Amino acid sequence: MWIKHLHALFTRHVRHFPTTAPDKRPIACRMRLFCFALSGSTVTIYLPIAELSVNIFIILGMGAAVGFLSGMFGVGGGFLITPLLIFYNIPPVVAVATGANQVVASSVSGAITHFRRGTLDMKLGTVLLAGGLVGATVGVWIFSWLRSIGQLDLFISLLYVILLTTIGLLMLQESLRAMRKAKLNQPLPLRRPGQHNWVHRLPLKMRFKKSKIYLSAIPVVTLGFLIGILTSIMGVGGGFIMVPAMIYLLRIPTNVVVGTSLFQIIFVTAYTTMVQAATNYSVDIVLAFILMVAGVIGAQYGVRVGQKLRGEQLRALLALLVLAVGIRLAIGLFIRPQDLYSVAVGGIGY
Amino acid sequence: MFSRLVLLFSLLFVPATQGFAQIPMGEASTAKEGLDIGVSTNEIAITSDFRGADLTVFGAMTNADELLLAIGNYDIIVTLEGPRDYSTVRKKERIFGIWINTDSMIFEQVPESYSIASTRQLDDPTQLPPINTAGVGIEHLALNPIGYIRDVGELSDFREAYRRLKLSSGLYQKEASGVRFVSSSLFRASLRLPANVPDGVHIVRAYLFKSGTLLTQREIPLRVVKTGLEQAITDAAHNQPFAYGLVCVLIALVTGWGASIVFRKD
Repeated sequence: MWIKHLHALFTRHVRHFPTTAPDKRPIACRMRLFCFALSGSTVTIYLPIAELSVNIFIILGMGAAVGFLSGMFGVGGGFLITPLLIFYNIPPVVAVATGANQVVASSVSGAITHFRRGTLDMKLGTVLLAGGLVGATVGVWIFSWLRSIGQLDLFISLLYVILLTTIGLLMLQESLRAMRKAKLNQPLPLRRPGQHNWVHRLPLKMRFKKSKIYLSAIPVVTLGFLIGILTSIMGVGGGFIMVPAMIYLLRIPTNVVVGTSLFQIIFVTAYTTMVQAATNYSVDIVLAFILMVAGVIGAQYGVRVGQKLRGEQLRALLALLVLAVGIRLAIGLFIRPQDLYSVAVGGIGY
Repeated sequence: MFSRLVLLFSLLFVPATQGFAQIPMGEASTAKEGLDIGVSTNEIAITSDFRGADLTVFGAMTNADELLLAIGNYDIIVTLEGPRDYSTVRKKERIFGIWINTDSMIFEQVPESYSIASTRQLDDPTQLPPINTAGVGIEHLALNPIGYIRDVGELSDFREAYRRLKLSSGLYQKEASGVRFVSSSLFRASLRLPANVPDGVHIVRAYLFKSGTLLTQREIPLRVVKTGLEQAITDAAHNQPFAYGLVCVLIALVTGWGASIVFRKD
């Protein structure tokens, strides 16, 4: 159920994205041209931080595809970019740090829109952010420690598998139920969030005027903290988890949720990018820039396609996609690797 | 470039003529064989479209015994050794169905890349005399582990895995017939630098063997550098990480903000 809300919120903000001057060719035709360009060429570009040469069209295609999906479904896309980069043999260390950098770009325009419309609670966002920055710092420590003991890749994959399969299954279940209901022409019962739960009995209460809510700072900071850890370990914005948690756990009014979470995401991902750059030297600006540019353009087309599809179909598709990425990563954990050994340059504490 | 070639050839032929001067005296066996090498370039640039490079090493033997040369008793091995660093090898084991790194070993100061070319197959026991001296060759690289090793058998497993992985990644390469004699004493070796070659100072080494025994060796440094933007980015990321991170964030902000302006409807 929360996913329906989430989707409605995201699409609302994404649909506000204005679209380009119309290209009259049908989208399918343009896609075919794009695929043709993809298959025929092998222009390599050297990524100075990842220290390898990649086909620029594959990276552009990845960025555009994830941008397209993020526009279509109204999600940030960090949770797709990082695994895709790992599948394409970019070292996970670089993929995560660069993914965080890319999320900064994809969240900015959304946040600007919300700021203009006044659907952004600065005070609430700042409290979330305070937790987020601490979380991101702790996350980078954990990240560096895992890297030094050689368990980083495993940990990243595990977190992704758990998160993606759980969310994917929840979404699929919810959207299938919605589709069945729609077929029977039953109106969807909209469950109203209850007024109070245990969260509201915590001390240290603060008044958030814009959200018209009187709420303890403890769960807000904690939520920000946990999302901050995810940002620095997984290279995601974390809106996926933050939005439903804000709606259903903190009972924050839905109209300010997406704007406020985007506000927090921008600063936490920006901060993570800085800390990753300073401690692990792993932000690849060339890779990030290609992904950003392709991503913001792809998103424009994604929004248009998204407007033509029905909400529950869209959510079912997204659920399948999320599940597919999760399962692909899970298979990687369970099948016997081709070589049991691996080599890394550097010794203790590199 | 031309002047360098002239220099190279004068380098090659001047000692050779000295050698000839001694042969008529019937003292060829007492004169010590020498080796001189030159490289087609002393700097390789990693550009944004770098896909690996070929390196040609020229060399000449001096004071070579004509008879031994004729029966192929002289062997030349040319290696290109990358910058040295510690290297960690990890081993996965299945725990609760998941493959997890459980064991690791750190080798001290091993070359990150290593290419070898030789006049004949190095590890072929049927060819005599065998050449395996002086730590030349991938099989003879010193792989010294750091710290306490519980099991010696394990050590050889890790060493073997290290060599196998380096070979399969292309960072270590062997070219059995990479060295060819152009004339009786002049040779040419071709080495391949993979696309993922590490930057830094590499060392070209040429070894001269007589009947399987190392006689002499020569070395020339070769710099592999990232050029232009690649170099600037790597330098910035490592020397001014804070400023670099800030720039990364600013670029992201401008890109996102720019997109919201460019794609605005009104």
